[in-house]
Order: sequence, then C-alpha cells, then structure tokens
Amino acid sequence: MTAMRVRQAIVAALADEMRADENVIFFGEDVAEAEGPFKTSEGILEEFGPVRVRDTPISEMGFTGAAVGAAMMGLKPVVEIMFIEFLGVALDQVVTEGAKMRYLSNGTLSVPMTIRASVGSGLGFGCQHSQTLEHWFASTPGLKVVMPSDAQSAYSLLRAAIQDPDPVVVLEPRILYAERGEVETGKIAEIGKAVMRETGSEITIVALGHMVNVAQDAIQAAGVSADLIDLQTIIPWDREAVLTSVKKTGRLIVVEEAPLSGGWGSEIVATVSAQLFSSLKSAPFRITTPDVPVPFNGGLEARYAPTSKDVARQIKYALSQGGVPEPWWVVEGVSR
Amino acid sequence: MTTSIERRNALYGNDVACYERMVEIREFEKITNAFFAAGSIRGTTHLAVGQEALALGIASTLKPTDVLAGTYRSHAIALALGLTPHSVLGEIMGKATGCCGGVGGSMHMCDTSVGLLPTSAIIGGGMPIAAGAALAFQVQKSKNVSVALFGDGATNIGAFHESLNLAAIWKLPVIFICDNNIYGEYSRIDKTTPIDDLHNRAESYAMPHMAIDGMDIHAVRKGLVEAVERARSGNGPTFIEAKTYRFSGHSRADQALYRPAGELEKWQKRDPLLVTEQDLIERKLITQEAIDSIKSRAEVELGVLAQQVEKDPEPDLSAMFSNIYTPKKVVK
Repeated sequence: MTAMRVRQAIVAALADEMRADENVIFFGEDVAEAEGPFKTSEGILEEFGPVRVRDTPISEMGFTGAAVGAAMMGLKPVVEIMFIEFLGVALDQVVTEGAKMRYLSNGTLSVPMTIRASVGSGLGFGCQHSQTLEHWFASTPGLKVVMPSDAQSAYSLLRAAIQDPDPVVVLEPRILYAERGEVETGKIAEIGKAVMRETGSEITIVALGHMVNVAQDAIQAAGVSADLIDLQTIIPWDREAVLTSVKKTGRLIVVEEAPLSGGWGSEIVATVSAQLFSSLKSAPFRITTPDVPVPFNGGLEARYAPTSKDVARQIKYALSQGGVPEPWWVVEGVSR
Repeated sequence: MTTSIERRNALYGNDVACYERMVEIREFEKITNAFFAAGSIRGTTHLAVGQEALALGIASTLKPTDVLAGTYRSHAIALALGLTPHSVLGEIMGKATGCCGGVGGSMHMCDTSVGLLPTSAIIGGGMPIAAGAALAFQVQKSKNVSVALFGDGATNIGAFHESLNLAAIWKLPVIFICDNNIYGEYSRIDKTTPIDDLHNRAESYAMPHMAIDGMDIHAVRKGLVEAVERARSGNGPTFIEAKTYRFSGHSRADQALYRPAGELEKWQKRDPLLVTEQDLIERKLITQEAIDSIKSRAEVELGVLAQQVEKDPEPDLSAMFSNIYTPKKVVK
C-alpha cells in the first residue's frame, strides 16, 4: 500500500497502463508539457515521450473524435477533458459515434477508449464548470460510466477503464484530487461491480463519487447501522449488490450530487421499487441537489450538493417516521 | 451613484476618460489578484491585464444598444462597457451587489443596459450567440450590431468555424474580434495552431478581415469603425484580429513559467497604458502630473471600494432558486 493523493493515483494508474501496453496513448489540453491543469499527468510526458503523450488545441470535438478513430484502429487512447462541460461540444463523437461503432460494424470494431473528465461542485468554479452531468451518458447503450470516490478507486477504476474493450467515461470528482488515501497499486477494479464501504442492517444507502464520503459521515452522525454501497459504475450498475442489500434492510436512500430531475438515482429507486416492492419497509427515496444551476457564492454553493448534516437528518427521519422526508429547501421554505 | 450607462457615455469623444478607464481596469485587476492571493475570493479568475486598449477601443466605438458576447476573461471589457467596479468586484466576490447577484462569479459578467450579454466560460461559447443576436437585428431591421469577443484558442473550436460561415452566408451584422494574446490556456499559439495570422481564417468564409494593433486604442477604433460601418449598412460581418499579449497567466493557478525569456518584457514596452500615455502627452491632452494623479486616485478609490465590497451582503438563500425560469405573470 502506498499513500497518495487522488490525482497521484490517477497518474499512477495511467503510467502503469502505459508501461503495460504500448497501444495506450494519452492526450488533452495542457496535459503534456504543463502536466495537466489539475496535475493529473505529472511525469507522463517525460516517461512516455511526445509520440504517445500530446497536448491538443482547444478542440474537444476533434480530439475526442480522433480518439474514437484511433481506438477503432487498435490504439487505446485516453483523453482528458478538463471540465466535463467541455465535452458538450464533443458529445456527438462520444454518444452518437463512439458508442455506436461496434453496433454499426456488425461487431467487427471495438472502441477501447477512455475519457477522463473532472466533475462536480464545491470549489467556486461557477455554474459552467461545476456540474456532474452523468446523465449525459447514463442513457447511452454502448458507453460505460464510472466514478471514483477515493484514491484506491481512482487508481483501480482508471486501470479497468483503459483495459476495457469498450468506451468508458471516467468522471472524477474534482474536489477529491487533493485528498489522500492508501492505494494498492496493481489492484484493478471490475467495471459494473459496486464496493461495500460499510455494512449494517437498518438501511441501504447507495452513493457515487464524493457523495459516498458525505454519506459515510452522515451514517456516523446519525448513529445508524447501514449498508453503504459505493456504486462506482453507473452503467452497467451493480443490481445484484443493491438488490441483495435492500432485501436485507428493507430500506433504500440514494445520495446524488445532481439535480432532482433526471438523476441516475431514479433508475436505482425504480428498479428496487419494482423488484422488491413487497419486502420494502418504507418507500425508497433520493437525496439530491435542488433543480438549480450550481451557484458561485460560497454560502450558497455549500448548500447545493447534499451535506452530511442533511443526509443524516433524512436518514434519521426515514428510520424514525418510516416515510419520505422533505428536502431541505422545502423544510426551510425556500422553494417548493 | 453612477450608472453603467453614464459610465459608458462618459467615454465617447473623450480620450482622457478612456485612459482613466484603462487605469481603473489595471488597478482593478491588481486588487482582484491580491484578493485571490489572500484567499478572500474563491474559485478561479482570469486577469485581463494588458488588454485594456482593446476593451476601451470597443467600448468607445460601439453604441450601448449594440451587444457583445464575451469570455471568462471579461473584467476589462465589462468595466470598459460601463459596469461599475462595484458590480464587477461584487460578482467576483460572490456578493449580492454583483452584476449577477453573486451566483455567477468571476467568469460571468453581464449588464444588458450597456449591451454586455452573459459572458461564457466555455471556449467559443459566445460566438454562435453573437451571430444569433445579429440575426435578430437583421430580422428586426435594427441598425444595431453584435460583437463576438474571443481568444486565439477559440479559433480551433468548431463553434468558431460554424459561426463565421453562418454569419457570412446570411450577411449578419456581427463583428468577430479575436483577442490574440498568443496563449490559449497554458499553450503558446505555435503549439496549437499552424498559422500566426488568425484573421486569414476568415478568407475561407469570404469575410473581410484585418489585423490590428490591439495595444493601441486608435488602431482598435479605426479597424472597428470600418467593421461597424459595414455591419450597420447591411454588408455583413468582419473579422478583426487584435494582436495583444496576456500579461498574466491563464488563471489564478498559472504562473506562466512557460513563456520564452524576454517575451513578456518585449510586450511590456507595448503596454497599452504606456502607449496611450505617450499619445495623450504628445497631443497635449494630458501632463505627466495628471497621469500620476489619475493613477494614485484610482488606487485610492478602488482600495476604498474593495473594503466596502468585502462588507457587502451575501446573496440570500432564495437567490439560488431565482432566475431559472421566467416567472409566471401574476394575473390580477
């Protein structure tokens, strides 16, 4: 085990894959000479050289699409998108081209590419640089989508993503880049497999990315016995882990850093409700952000994503009242 | 209290006022930088030091009814177009007094009373919008024009090419102003772009184009007057490449250690403040004493303002839920 920051775990995973397979190439904006705006490619250019490690112009559609093409010809490109919003101009290449190539080639072509993008709120980057936007990809068959929650998962998921024969989108919570953790290098995740962060009996909590840490603090604060499932993969998500846990606890809360409307957690709640309806002790529900853009002001942004305090309140409510608590903005009378 | 439109109107036909505004921008960015360094501003910031002449050339040529779509590096153009230092700094500090009520931040300036559309934090994001504004003016038979102000990095993004093409085929009253400050984020232009003279890209859209000295307000005005005239008279778009230099790094995180030795010093000799001072002195519109007093006054006034803005109220929690949809009209 080695202690490293999340951003260093990302560098380590990329370097390990580039050492293991010379088909792995890496490019993006200011990732080579400047070693990444968030220092997620420190030393990569130096070790692997300018043929495999490249700075690109500010041309996300061009270089993301080029990754699709290069992947179809046998390379394993990894591209970095500085802020997930910058992928907006390249969505066609990811969702409509890359994700469809195997389908449209009668199974003769693969697109073994990885898209890394920083996501999330909390750092004062404003509403055009703070979204998570999982749902851009979550309804696209052909893509896989993963999100790490700590240094180990950042390492293990990235290695799995690069090794995967299909296009994988790795959404990295920007707020975690500087966080430290113990990493077992060489440990590769299984895409589609959730990780049990905590085990308990009263309630199942499913979370993703930084919200796993928030939920863990909330469970402690609430003093309850909970299964905390770090989903890690949004598509294909680990139904078995979630259904097994909820069968045991009879209760489910999903914690999401995304707007109430259209979030990935709706899919979890819908599946659990349909499959385990008769064994549920109370209605499954989601804790999300309000349906608002991410505000810049620090005081407001601190209220945007679910907080451990508010998640603890809702866990306690669910266990004591048995119903679904109102979100904070309704409780506080700020919005409906 | 001076309004944005009053501050804007003060610029027309008054070169000394334009110079004073340039000094204001320079001092303003010093304060922004110091506040960031001290940790009293969160997030990121993109300073516009060195780009004052371009901002003032634009602001003193366009009418307040013309519109401009800008970028995340918009403190200079916002102040030039008329936004008060209070509303700009308030926004950067996330205060309720900011031009966006504190929910936008440093990259998001807006004041429709002087034609500043919300600035975009996405490279090239404002360019199709500027073309669209021009489309509205064309359909409405208005004489207004629209300006897209963007950096050299944007010339490699799809929105750039699509906007130029659309504007050209529809003869839209839009002016594309490329602020070529040589650096796109952390990369020097020669690493990302195979040509130096970016205005030549307009040639393939059969669009009139020119390069201008972006460090000289007169050169900016001269080029822009020609373009505005063309647009207002229904003869379509123009592409202007303003040669400038980014005196600061890309953002707060960037110390710009990648600059070739001597490059910054070379461009500092073309500092738009220096160029303007020499011009005003030569034309006997100002004395060195007056220059010194303008600078010290700006420093003092902005220092006082900064202390005031720090004490401004934070936005109310309800601000987070406001302005997302158009409110339903209350029927009486």
